Amino acid sequence: MAFDNFAEFLAMGKHGAYVWAAYGISLLVIAANILAPILRQRALRIDIQRKIKREKLES
Amino acid sequence: MFATIKRLYHQFGSPRYFYDMTGKMLPWLIAGAVLLIIPGIVWGLAFAPPDYLQGNSYRIMYIHVPAASLAMGAYVMMAVAGVVVLVWRMKMAEMVARSIAPIGASFAFLCLITGAIWGKPTWGTWWVWDARLTSMLILLFLYIGVMALNMAIENAQSAARATAVLSIVGAVNIPIIKYSVEWWNTLHQPASISMTSSSMATEMLIPLLLCIFGFYFLFAVLLIMATRCEILQREQRSNWVRQLVENN
Repeated sequence: MAFDNFAEFLAMGKHGAYVWAAYGISLLVIAANILAPILRQRALRIDIQRKIKREKLES
Repeated sequence: MFATIKRLYHQFGSPRYFYDMTGKMLPWLIAGAVLLIIPGIVWGLAFAPPDYLQGNSYRIMYIHVPAASLAMGAYVMMAVAGVVVLVWRMKMAEMVARSIAPIGASFAFLCLITGAIWGKPTWGTWWVWDARLTSMLILLFLYIGVMALNMAIENAQSAARATAVLSIVGAVNIPIIKYSVEWWNTLHQPASISMTSSSMATEMLIPLLLCIFGFYFLFAVLLIMATRCEILQREQRSNWVRQLVENN
């Protein structure tokens, strides 16, 4: 462990704000990257299912 | 060896094979990403020693360097996919190239923003117009250009050909980014690690390597997930996609 206690870990010397801001933004960007294809896949499946249903009704 | 590569190339050129195969690969790639990134980040944040010059602000490196490496690696991959699109007209390469752009853009953005946050306590400024930073910003703009071009052209195949040309031409920026710290005087420090050597302390280097490899696994996961959406969208008229969607 490079820090003596948890408060020091949060403080990161004098650079707590910088380090945690960088990691926070990274977490957001990565989470958005993971969420986007999951939501898109769900929307696509619903859309395709609807199209198939409509075609069946028409024929 | 060559025969195997050729067979794999043709197999993965089929959207259905790609979809099935990557579905099986995904859990392993996710496990790889988690098992590399989480120990890498925890080690880098809490256990690696502070830098004797920069103190603790250097810990931003464990995000910044993997993001930078990935933004450039993804661009090269997009340009290679572009060559395949133009030369062999492979549909699967069109979908992969299209899926890379937003992921690459987000990592280029991440590299720039973490770099700016790291720059403030280290250099005393968020931003300078020097060679490394500017060429990296151009990389982000190239990604955005590719995305805009993809969205502007209705026909997916025409869009893929046009963006392939843009991404191949833009690839000239990649060696400029890489060697900018050697060719020009910049505020940015030169590379501390290469394929064969490292000037970094081992306790700092190992978590960094974990993070870099982990980010590549993460990229594989993100790319596969995005490409699978692209396949569903473009192949929605085919029987196998209809069956797949109907069955669950």
